[in-house]
Amino acid sequence: MSTTLHTPHSTDHLDVLESHALFILREVVAECERPVLLFSGGKDSAVLLHLAAKAFAPQQLPFPVLHIDTGQNFAEVLDFRDRTVDAVGARLIVAKVQDSINEGKVVDPGPLGSRNRLQTVTLLDAITENKFDAAFGGARRDEDKARAKERILSFRDAFGQWDPRQQRPELWQLYQGKVNPGEHVRAFPLSDWTELDVWQYIGREKMDLPSIYFAHERDVVLRDGMWLAVGEFVEPGPKEEVVRQTVRFRTVGDANCTGAVLSRADTIESIIDEVAIANVSERGATRGDDKFSETAMEDRKREGYF
Amino acid sequence: MELATKDLLRLATIGSVDDGKSTLIGRLLVDTRQLFDDQLDAVVSASEKRGVGDLDLSFITDGLRAEREQGITIDVAYRYATTPTRKFIIADCPGHVQYTRNMATGASTADLALVVLDVASGLKEQTRRHLCIAALLGVRSIIVAVNKMDTVSWSEISFQSVVDQIETVSRELGFTSKVLIPVSALLGDNVVESSARTPWYVGPTVLEALEASEAGSWEVARGARLPVQWVLRQPGGGRTYAGMVSGEAFHVGDRVTLLPANVETTIKAINFGGESRLEAVVGLAADLDLADELDAGRGDLIASAPLPTITKEMEATICWFGDKPLSVNGQRLRLKHTTKSTPVRVRDIKGVIDIASLTITDASSLSTNEIGLATLITSDALVVDDYREDRVTGSFVLVDEVTNATVAAGMVGHASFL
Repeated sequence: MSTTLHTPHSTDHLDVLESHALFILREVVAECERPVLLFSGGKDSAVLLHLAAKAFAPQQLPFPVLHIDTGQNFAEVLDFRDRTVDAVGARLIVAKVQDSINEGKVVDPGPLGSRNRLQTVTLLDAITENKFDAAFGGARRDEDKARAKERILSFRDAFGQWDPRQQRPELWQLYQGKVNPGEHVRAFPLSDWTELDVWQYIGREKMDLPSIYFAHERDVVLRDGMWLAVGEFVEPGPKEEVVRQTVRFRTVGDANCTGAVLSRADTIESIIDEVAIANVSERGATRGDDKFSETAMEDRKREGYF
Repeated sequence: MELATKDLLRLATIGSVDDGKSTLIGRLLVDTRQLFDDQLDAVVSASEKRGVGDLDLSFITDGLRAEREQGITIDVAYRYATTPTRKFIIADCPGHVQYTRNMATGASTADLALVVLDVASGLKEQTRRHLCIAALLGVRSIIVAVNKMDTVSWSEISFQSVVDQIETVSRELGFTSKVLIPVSALLGDNVVESSARTPWYVGPTVLEALEASEAGSWEVARGARLPVQWVLRQPGGGRTYAGMVSGEAFHVGDRVTLLPANVETTIKAINFGGESRLEAVVGLAADLDLADELDAGRGDLIASAPLPTITKEMEATICWFGDKPLSVNGQRLRLKHTTKSTPVRVRDIKGVIDIASLTITDASSLSTNEIGLATLITSDALVVDDYREDRVTGSFVLVDEVTNATVAAGMVGHASFL
């Protein structure tokens, strides 16, 4: 514990969001038997893990951390995952989409295809195998119109499915996560945070993040209107021109379907300025997987996606 | 009392189906440029695809497939808006009676209700129901958007007749602050920009009223409260008690009582996230170090005077959401109050609220979406305040023991208008 005594400061919206998140984390841990925290190495799950450490300080995290590994990660993100989980002293479980492919549960979409949707099978299998009855996620309601509809504690049936028409009423802050065997809840402590709140909080807490969030030079190709990083998972086609650009990533997903944005923002302060005036949403700017249909996220969520 | 949510305002839209709640929120978000270009493009193309014109503003919050197919809101959508002075959390609630449970979900955390009604049809029973639920849930401030003014040729007389209806019901329900605004959500009049078509109206726009609102305070605060969520072991063998503060702030050195054990002690230290503080303000997820070694754990309450009541029997206001009626000797239920869960049974149903007259009429059971008064008996003792004095220690939910579904919202005591 720190020996300096902080003078009481007036509470701003970040304080309110932070305390609410700590409260949710503690409630779920108290009410559920076997919680787990889903960690992708992205900024939202980094904030979630940071909040979890705060909620139970000075004790260790009372649950493990689960990474659904698509096998198409940015190396910088895996690096970040390992050093962050180490710093917090959490137990890391890695569930691999490749294993689901090898077991014949899902079909390999090939090097160009997205493994995004396949993650659901790997995730639900990991939840079943480990008998988890609660999974914390870093999803935010401002990300997508289906997420905007979801409860903070969101019930999943024995098939891992979300039924948006039959959500449990969620009154006040009386979160109730009791489920029957085989069912589980997803818990979203960052529900009411916006992208800007997340960045302001990262700045305030001086948090560590994967380096790809900050502007850097990289070889990229323009594909379907998105700048993709040339590397192990993206090989330039015969008609594609490789260019060197100063870019950063606004979200972190699979290397083969997450676009970079042209940006010179290389500090948290300059990123906050950039996010504050952005006119394209983070998913719209950078995620190929959400562009297929009007209800892409709702459909994936119904199946049990994050 | 210093407000913990000074620059974060939570509001919920309420009112009947098709009166334009989602359209108003859509208009508010578009005209304050809260939407990203790609989100707006997606709404334009979805509107086109479903043949509902160039831009169906309701699609901004009605994000589910079934909602867009039917042009209705099924469940609450949460949207966020920021102005230079405030962050708004907007819960856009459904209007249909069958989705009252979802409306109550959205309104239970709201400081302010944005009431939307159609000027041509006036105050419908469903709007009265929503106003009644909002009042029971403790919402004191309302902003009333009298919508679809374009359909009555911007008539001041039409607006005034709705104002009179609202004034009456608002007095009965005890709202302390109300602003009534003639608007057209569809065309944008008086939502963000003042309208030239209502020269007889000199009040604020919806946005101005939201920015000026002082909702968010509970005037009555009776003592500090911290329901214990979790016990944190400290290095060296001590224990601290984690939970969220309600009512009033705690300070180091305060005399407090651990309940229901009824043991007095002093706050030795206050922590937050592993760091020391001198004060734990309302809404802070703090952990408290007590001067004496006590047997305390989840479900206990740390409180400062005046102390709450310890009881196994209470009269409560119940909003019933279950499919089967609530009755004496009915389903097996569990009650969750603060951080404590206990078996509960209904001793007596005292009556049901008649929405039209706002009076209690005799009843022996409560049907889905009915609101009534009941006496409950709990297995474990609860430490409660009247809901009107503390929204945290005065509220509870009922849970079906078989399905684990949340089937009722409950408030200790009953509103003064009943």
